[in-house]
Parts: sequence; C-alpha cells; structure tokens
Amino acid sequence: MKILSLSYFILLGALSFYLFQEKTKAQSIKAGAEIYQDFCVQCHLANGEGVSGVFPPLRASDYLLNNIDLSIAGIKFGLKGKIVVNDEEYDGVMINQGLDEEEIADVMNYILNHWDNSSEAFITKERVEQIQKSILQ
Amino acid sequence: MKRFLALLFCNLFFTLGCAQENTPAIEIPTSVNYSYETIVGDIDIPWGMAFIDNNELLVTESSGILYHVLNGKKTSIEGLPEIYVRGQGGLLDVALHPDFTNNKIIYLTLAATLGGEQGGNTSLYKAKLVDQHLEEVALLYKATPNTKKGQHFGSRIAFDDQGHVYFSVGDRGNRDENPQDITRDGGKIYRLNLDGSIPDDNPFVSNPEAKHAVFSYGHRNPQGMTVHPKTGAIWVNEHGPQGGDEINEIRKGKNFGWPVITYGINYSGTPITDKTSDPTMEQPFYYWVPSIAPSGMAFSTSGIYKDWQDNLFVGSLKFQYLERLVIQEDKVVKREKVLDKIGRVRNVKEGPDGFLYVAVEGKGILKIIPQG
Repeated sequence: MKILSLSYFILLGALSFYLFQEKTKAQSIKAGAEIYQDFCVQCHLANGEGVSGVFPPLRASDYLLNNIDLSIAGIKFGLKGKIVVNDEEYDGVMINQGLDEEEIADVMNYILNHWDNSSEAFITKERVEQIQKSILQ
Repeated sequence: MKRFLALLFCNLFFTLGCAQENTPAIEIPTSVNYSYETIVGDIDIPWGMAFIDNNELLVTESSGILYHVLNGKKTSIEGLPEIYVRGQGGLLDVALHPDFTNNKIIYLTLAATLGGEQGGNTSLYKAKLVDQHLEEVALLYKATPNTKKGQHFGSRIAFDDQGHVYFSVGDRGNRDENPQDITRDGGKIYRLNLDGSIPDDNPFVSNPEAKHAVFSYGHRNPQGMTVHPKTGAIWVNEHGPQGGDEINEIRKGKNFGWPVITYGINYSGTPITDKTSDPTMEQPFYYWVPSIAPSGMAFSTSGIYKDWQDNLFVGSLKFQYLERLVIQEDKVVKREKVLDKIGRVRNVKEGPDGFLYVAVEGKGILKIIPQG
C-alpha cells in the first residue's frame, strides 16, 4: 500500500511537471527567432543593426540591454517619442504589434541573446504580465 | 586555392548583398519652393485618408480608429466592425463611394478574424456614414485562411469609372503558397462591383476552383493604389523583399511574378530566385533597388505646383520622404526627394483642392504649399 501511494504521488508529480513545465530559455529563444522574422526584421533588420537615425539597433543596444523592462513595455504597449540609443536620438513610432505575453517573452529572450548580445536575464511571460504602461511615462 | 575560394565567396555575397542600384538615382534638390502645414496632428499611424471636401476628410489610424476631420478638428467615428490588430494588420484604407455625395457610402479595408480559426486576414467592408457613426455595415470580402502571421495584409482601395472597386491583399507571409495560386487568397489585386458582387467579366470566373474576385496575381504586399488620370488604369506600388519594390500598371488576369521573379533578395541577404523575368509574367513599370518601402500613391494633376504636373508621388516609409517620380514616354526619368527626413510617409493623396496631402507616422496629415 505504501509503495502504491508513493508511486501514485511520484506519477502525479511527474505528470504535473510534464503538463505545466515552463519553456527552457533555449526553447524560448528559438520561438523568439520566429517571432522576430515575422514582426521585427523589416525595420530592425536581420543583423539587428536597424537603420541609423530611423530604426534603433538591437544589437549592442545600450537602451535594450540596460532597460529590459522599458523594452518589454515598448513591445507590449508600443513606443513613441524621443529615445536615445547608443548616443543617437530616435523619434519614431513603434506600434503595438499585438503579440501575446508569451510571444513578447520569447522575442525578448531572442534579441537579448542573439548577434553578440547576451543577457543573464530569462524573461518569462509572468514578468511581461507585470509590466505596466505607466513605466513608459 | 582556399584563399581563392574564400575570395570567390566574399565576392558572391557582396554581389548578392548589394544589388545594383536601379536608375535614375534619387536626387535631393538644393533648394525647395514649397513649405508645409499640418492639417491634423497627433495620429500615430495615419494609414488611409479620403477627402469629403476641401476641409473635411476621413483618416484611419491603424490601431482601429476612424477619424472624421473637419477644419483640423478630429472626432472618432463609432460603429466600426471588429478589427484584428497584429503586426502590420489593423484598420487599413478608407475610400468614398464614387457617388458618396448622394449615398454617403464608404469602403474600409481592415484585418479581421471572423470565424473560428485563430489569426486574421484582410477584409473589405462597405458602410454608410451617418453623422459620426457607421450604419448598414456590410462585409463584401474576407480573405482566407486566417493566420497569426504579422505580415503583408496590403491594402489599398481604388475605383475605376465603370462601377468597380479594387483592393489589394498581400501574401500574408506565405509566399510559397499564396501569390501564384488563384484558388487561394493573398498576393492579389481584387475587383468587385460597387455592391460587392463579382463582375461577370472578371478574369477567372470560368474556373470553378478560382477565387472569382481576383483581378491580377503574383503580388507581394501592395500598399499604394491610384488611378492614372489620363488612361484610367489602376496603378499599384508594392513592397518587395530587400530590393525589388515595384510600381505596376494592373492588367486583367495578369501574373506579376512574385515570388518566381523579383529584383529583390531575402532580408537575410540570401537569394529568393535567380530570375528577374519570365515570358508568362509581367515586368514592373519601375522597380526600386534599394527598397524605399513604398506606401501610398498619387498623381499631381492640378498644376498648383510648378513643374510637378502629371508627376507620380509615393511615400517612403524606410527613408522618410515623399518621392516625386517624373515619367516621360512610359519611363521614370527622374526621382527626387520631397519633404526629406519628414518621418515615415504612409500615404499621399491629391485633395479636391488640388493640393498634395501627405500622411506621416507620428505626425498626422501635412499639406504641401507651393511658394514663389
């Protein structure tokens, strides 16, 4: 009986782990690469360098790497007005792309860890959920 | 040998990566004889505009707002259909019925979900504008299938003088399946009667498998459409991949080639096809290398601007100016930047007063005023 109930709980634990497991960072980056090709590449380009003065770079971007929450908010709510990226001023409009929170987490993990970028941070959809529009003001 | 091969590869990538710039080269005039004033401001993405009168127009904001603008004051129009806002999709173009003065009918293109599948696709609606709201909202066409892809919804609306409405739907990010297949939506210019019915003489009506609304195919993402003031032909510009944006004069039943032939390459720098022409496919009237990301299109017919009569104007999203193209004997002979560095130009129209109106992202609608 003891063995039976023990194996029951082990099985239950394994099942719930299987059903509710979160994506690994590598899986998230991979999913993010697809989102990037679909929604971002037209402006920020395949090399992540953007267009000087028009579309800010993501590769080696001080704005992105130093302001992760602001960057999430920009994708989640859209971004407009003046920002300074790598000492260059940008004054454009990035519209809200309609991505869900998991997609935003995935694309953030991708841009934070692609090209020569690397970040210790692992962005989860829970973190994206918590970001409020007010931080952009 | 190794070094030779490396050199060869470098050379190959360089050639592919930097395709030859197409002539004529863009010119930046040293002095300008115009200024501009803002007609209506504070619109993030002013996608479509349609003039009711000199001081009255409708403007779409892609996030899903339809503005009525009177003497520079904007109010939101109520009663829009549900809009799927994702990627390049949202509320797109707006146009007035040729007899709007009497029937108050407008047409809208927008991304819509409609139905069970996730995602969305481009749709054409007709509605009656009554005061500040829409009545008798009717769906005339909905491209299928829905997809969560963010790209290439099109879409512009234009009319000929024979009772037809034309609109475009981009390839929806599925270039391998959609543009060359007339039984599928996407990558097409469509033609309907003004009531939404299919014209009897549409090119593919005798093919039971075909989408009968299709008028031409093999397009990528057409976001500019206007009627040639003299020939009455429908002119379209479309976004190519990297390099290879095009101007096309649309002809019934023709294949405009995407993605079998193109002057462009993938964003990653890899080739799409080695063909730029095919005997069964149409050559563009003009193509841009490098891409300017064209949006909106209008001829200047009024003579208000010195030397600009009959020139074609196209917005550049990428390089943030309005492009003036001089056409002589069916060739583009000169290209010039107007309003250089103004911002991402989403649309351009000639107003009923003959002035050019330019929609700029993050700014609003600007009116170009000649000087001297």
